[in-house]
Amino acid sequence: MKLKSKIIAAPYLVWMTAFIIAPLLMVLYFAFTDKAGSFTLENLSGLSQYTPVFVRSILLAAIATVICLVLAYPLSFMLSRLREGKQRIMLMLVMLPMWMNFLLRTYAWMTLLERNGLINRFLGLFGIGPLNMINTQGAVVLGMVYNYLPYMILPLYTIMVKIDDSLIEAAQDLGAGRVHTLTKVLLPLSVPGITTGITMVFVPSISTFIISRMLGGGSNLLIGDLIELQFLGNSYNYNLGSAMSLVLMVVVLLCMSFTNQLDNENKEGGVV
Amino acid sequence: MDNNTIIALKNIVVDFDGEAVLNGLSLDIHDKEFVTLLGPSGCGKTTTLRVIGGFLEPKSGNVFFNAKDITHLPPYKRQVNTVFQKYALFPHLNVYENVAFGLRLRKVDEKELKTRVLEMLEMVGLRGFERRNPVTLSGGQQQRVAIARALVNHPKVLLLDEPLGALDLKLRKEMQGELKRIQQNADITFIYVTHDQEEALTMSDTVVVMNGGYIQQIGSPVDIYNEPENAFVADFIGESNILSAVMERDFSVEFAGHQFTCVDKGFAKRALVDVVVRPEDIQVVPAIQGQLSGVVKSVIFKGVHYEMIVEQAGTDWKIHSTQAQQPGQIIGMNIGPDEIHIMHKMED
Repeated sequence: MKLKSKIIAAPYLVWMTAFIIAPLLMVLYFAFTDKAGSFTLENLSGLSQYTPVFVRSILLAAIATVICLVLAYPLSFMLSRLREGKQRIMLMLVMLPMWMNFLLRTYAWMTLLERNGLINRFLGLFGIGPLNMINTQGAVVLGMVYNYLPYMILPLYTIMVKIDDSLIEAAQDLGAGRVHTLTKVLLPLSVPGITTGITMVFVPSISTFIISRMLGGGSNLLIGDLIELQFLGNSYNYNLGSAMSLVLMVVVLLCMSFTNQLDNENKEGGVV
Repeated sequence: MDNNTIIALKNIVVDFDGEAVLNGLSLDIHDKEFVTLLGPSGCGKTTTLRVIGGFLEPKSGNVFFNAKDITHLPPYKRQVNTVFQKYALFPHLNVYENVAFGLRLRKVDEKELKTRVLEMLEMVGLRGFERRNPVTLSGGQQQRVAIARALVNHPKVLLLDEPLGALDLKLRKEMQGELKRIQQNADITFIYVTHDQEEALTMSDTVVVMNGGYIQQIGSPVDIYNEPENAFVADFIGESNILSAVMERDFSVEFAGHQFTCVDKGFAKRALVDVVVRPEDIQVVPAIQGQLSGVVKSVIFKGVHYEMIVEQAGTDWKIHSTQAQQPGQIIGMNIGPDEIHIMHKMED
């Protein structure tokens, strides 16, 4: 039985070794070596000059994540209480944008937000504007929220359909109004969905380079853009790029372990 | 509505998607009573409970609590607590916190809260389980946590929605006695929903038999069993032989081709009625001595008694007797005047 399961897992193990573990080791190696291949810490120590970019990336990703959570939470709850047929239709609508290519969706926002874009032309009819929307941090956050919102809705919805109506009724029965039902029952029970949602939105947001490039213009560089430049751009320096990737991974891991901490605390239950 | 009435339902109408579930139901429930709503699934008993709990607003009609109209009061403002069918314990809280939930919301101070929670856990026999997560408990234990969680708030009325449905037979029997004891100790009103007639008869002061969104009969378990008002009640409560009969005159009824003496009167002359005879009330005698005689078709051993099907003039009679007869044998059957229950014919 054990041998059998190993054989079944073998294709993925090969895949994982070749495309996940090996590249990770390479990143590690390049981050601590210079062009000549000898050990150095310069790549990492030189990163301090990019601190503002790191901070901006974390900040924008965090804002986008919070907005996603605030938008998705009530929606997911509402979805989970609909009848099954309606649930399926609404879920389809949530997923619909994901059937389209990521780049196309982001391009679409460019044409909407442009100085001569649809929104400004529409507002122009009422004598407003033109507003400066594209190439702002706001546009970047909008792009993140738009692209990653479904990744927040799905885990929240999945956890909320499992919350039985009778638990909500029990809370009300025991004297909880709307606010207390939310804070004492619904929120604690949906923590696993919240942490998964946060991870699934925050991680791609913090490492994106397409959204910031297309909607943020040149002035709102994120860490993802910076890394891309080291590998594909003019400043070609894969040692530095690896060091950046390494730091980004550490930042992401820290954030994830923080949210996991929340999850675990919740699981232990019964805070007296 | 007398002084003793704690909950009164007046002409409650509830429908789901235009399909009537409760058809103008009216019911008075007295203080400190153990009332059971009994009926087959879909009869509206759970719906009635949800209306009292405040989880369902009736389309029309009113709910009174101590003569105060609470029809539109949300559940969290009612002095009523519920034990849910699937217990609905909070999985993110331990046993202690589950029980303390209602008291915390009411900002009861920590010392009193602790006393009351522990007292309640003591009463349901779960001291020492405070720190356990409810999902690690057995069905019966979860059940008792749910009861403690509701009772700790000192509700005037406790609603129980088939609370023993998920338990096995032995545990169910134990919990029946337990619940009755808890109700008497706590000295409050229990409104209990079940489809199990035996459970209803065992525990209740008053049984409300429901069917199709209507109340069929309200009475003590003894009344309901011995004097069913119609064939539905007779059939639902216990086993019975139900026959069409003609009320010849007062104290005389004809069915199965025989004139029987009975104890009922006041029917119109030659009125068409239904007659109920319980299987254990039929006396088996030698064929020539019986008021009726029939052929034994089958005999099944049931533990305390034998259940026999006896064919008499095209009718199958169910008889419970401690003495077995042989299939194919011809036996006599006697029915005493007290054992004949006359009911008005159901209009349907």
